[in-house]
Amino acid sequence: MIEVRHLTKRYGNHMAVSDLSFKIEKGVIYGLLGPNGAGKSTTMNIITGCLGATEGDVLIGGHSITEEPKEAKRLIGYLPEQPPLYMDMTPKEYLRFVMAAKNLPVKGRDGELDSVMEKTRIAEMQNNLIRNLSKGYRQRVGIAQALLGNPEIIILDEPTVGLDPAQIIEIRDLIKELGREHTVILSSHILSEVQAVCDAIMIISKGHLIASDTAENLTAMLAGTTTLRLEAAANESSVRAVLDHVDGIEDLHMMQSSGDATTVELKPEENTDIRARVFHAFAKSDIALLEMTSVRASLEDVFLELTQQEPLQEAAPQDQQESDDKRKEDA
Amino acid sequence: MIAVFKRELNGYYKSVTGYLLAAVLLIFAGIYCMVYNLSGYCANFEYVLDAMSFIFLIAVPIISMRTLAEEKKSKTDQLLYSLPISMTSVVIGKYLAMLVVLAVPMAIMALYPVILSQFGAVSFATAYGALIAFFLLGGCLLSIGLFISSITESQVAAAVITLVTMLLLYFMSGLAGYVSSESSSSLIALGILVLLFAVLLYYMSKNMLVSLAVAIVGIGALMLWYQADSPAFSGLFAEIMNSISVFDRFDSFVDGVFDLTAIVYYASISGVFVFLTVQAMEKRRWSE
Repeated sequence: MIEVRHLTKRYGNHMAVSDLSFKIEKGVIYGLLGPNGAGKSTTMNIITGCLGATEGDVLIGGHSITEEPKEAKRLIGYLPEQPPLYMDMTPKEYLRFVMAAKNLPVKGRDGELDSVMEKTRIAEMQNNLIRNLSKGYRQRVGIAQALLGNPEIIILDEPTVGLDPAQIIEIRDLIKELGREHTVILSSHILSEVQAVCDAIMIISKGHLIASDTAENLTAMLAGTTTLRLEAAANESSVRAVLDHVDGIEDLHMMQSSGDATTVELKPEENTDIRARVFHAFAKSDIALLEMTSVRASLEDVFLELTQQEPLQEAAPQDQQESDDKRKEDA
Repeated sequence: MIAVFKRELNGYYKSVTGYLLAAVLLIFAGIYCMVYNLSGYCANFEYVLDAMSFIFLIAVPIISMRTLAEEKKSKTDQLLYSLPISMTSVVIGKYLAMLVVLAVPMAIMALYPVILSQFGAVSFATAYGALIAFFLLGGCLLSIGLFISSITESQVAAAVITLVTMLLLYFMSGLAGYVSSESSSSLIALGILVLLFAVLLYYMSKNMLVSLAVAIVGIGALMLWYQADSPAFSGLFAEIMNSISVFDRFDSFVDGVFDLTAIVYYASISGVFVFLTVQAMEKRRWSE
């Protein structure tokens, strides 16, 4: 559906996106994840033709965005980070303008307008000036604009930023609904959001794609680090004595100890379940187990690990210098 | 293009801009018509247009300031970039809307000669010839305003720069007359013009090398030419300024001459600035 080939965008000396390549398959909801300033918006702006790439190309349904922009843009509905709304229009007028600009067949426009307004639930505000709408409604008008003409690909840049929790849930449900008929790409710096909505996740950091997989697989990548946390009613040395006789413990970490209760974190050897063994060992020694929990690595851990190890591989100080310079320029 | 045109036109008449412009234009047309035609017992409507050509100093910034600068500020330009329409049709749509906003009050002004003809002999040919030229002059100045709006970030900046540009254009031939007609002062004045052009080029392209090259080659060529034929420079600056002055071209219409070269000149200037506006918008996509 979309093929991004060796995309590079340079602002002066600052690399916003460097040599980014990936493919987007049909009918999947993708989450573009990364810390602020990672190059998410830049990437989306290039895919939608709002920004030119320094190097590389984007193919949308086989059409190059630079060489056949009209054909390529017809396949995309885009909601930029800040919804591009004309404040002096009503949602109805605005959507009519976008339909005319997208050159949709005149006959179907009324039906299209009604169905999109119903989907995004803005029908009751259709005749109020956009200037007077709340942020949640504005966001929905922005999404409605992207949906017009029923494009195959919907690209949403940070669609839930600045909304209240109820609105966030509404927008997420809407996105999930859209995912049934469209290919959706959304960007976010909030993990739980991407985890909740997306089928596939791409993690971007400093303009590089550092991971691209399903949410489950990404979590499984760090599944080896599943740990077992337990609290026993004994002092530190007796707990240690009991655990010394249990097989399959790779690592042992005393968390805290307060005389008659001790918390320990155990790292089992890969693919071994030691829970039963640990229980029996403590039962044999007549020590009460107060608590035992498996701690699985969350996507958050994967994300932090991936985005933090990145600068170590690169020449970190130089990168830092460049982004500092960029910040100064911006100021 | 039609979608953009309609939206823009709607924008002008939903806000106060379109009405304000019509009011300003018609008030001054009314005052001058009163003074020249009615009180002065003179049936030449073209004199009214000549007297009120300064109105463009105010009218052009009013119409053109928000057109592209505001899109940039409110980030709606991202919508235009992502829609399947070319930047050329966006810019032309906007330009046509500006022309219509100017044309509406002028259509009302076109009734004046008819009214005047009730009281005496009016030369309709010269009156309407001048009216068409007046409109084209406005279109030419609007294209400059459109271009300025495309390279500025805010309405206020666009308005101020457009106003200053209009002032310079209006007084250009007058100011050029103050440069002494000696060859050396012509050389210096032209040299300054080349430098200004190079600075503008640098501002637009951010390319130091090309701008410096243009400045050096331009000034070098002037110097060489001056060495070879210094008498040719005598009064040259004023001559050039007079021949490129858009406002001065309008005078021949007032004198009753339908000057085709001036029409072509206005159309070319408009074309060049619309083209430059498209380029400026395209460029923004590459070096934001």
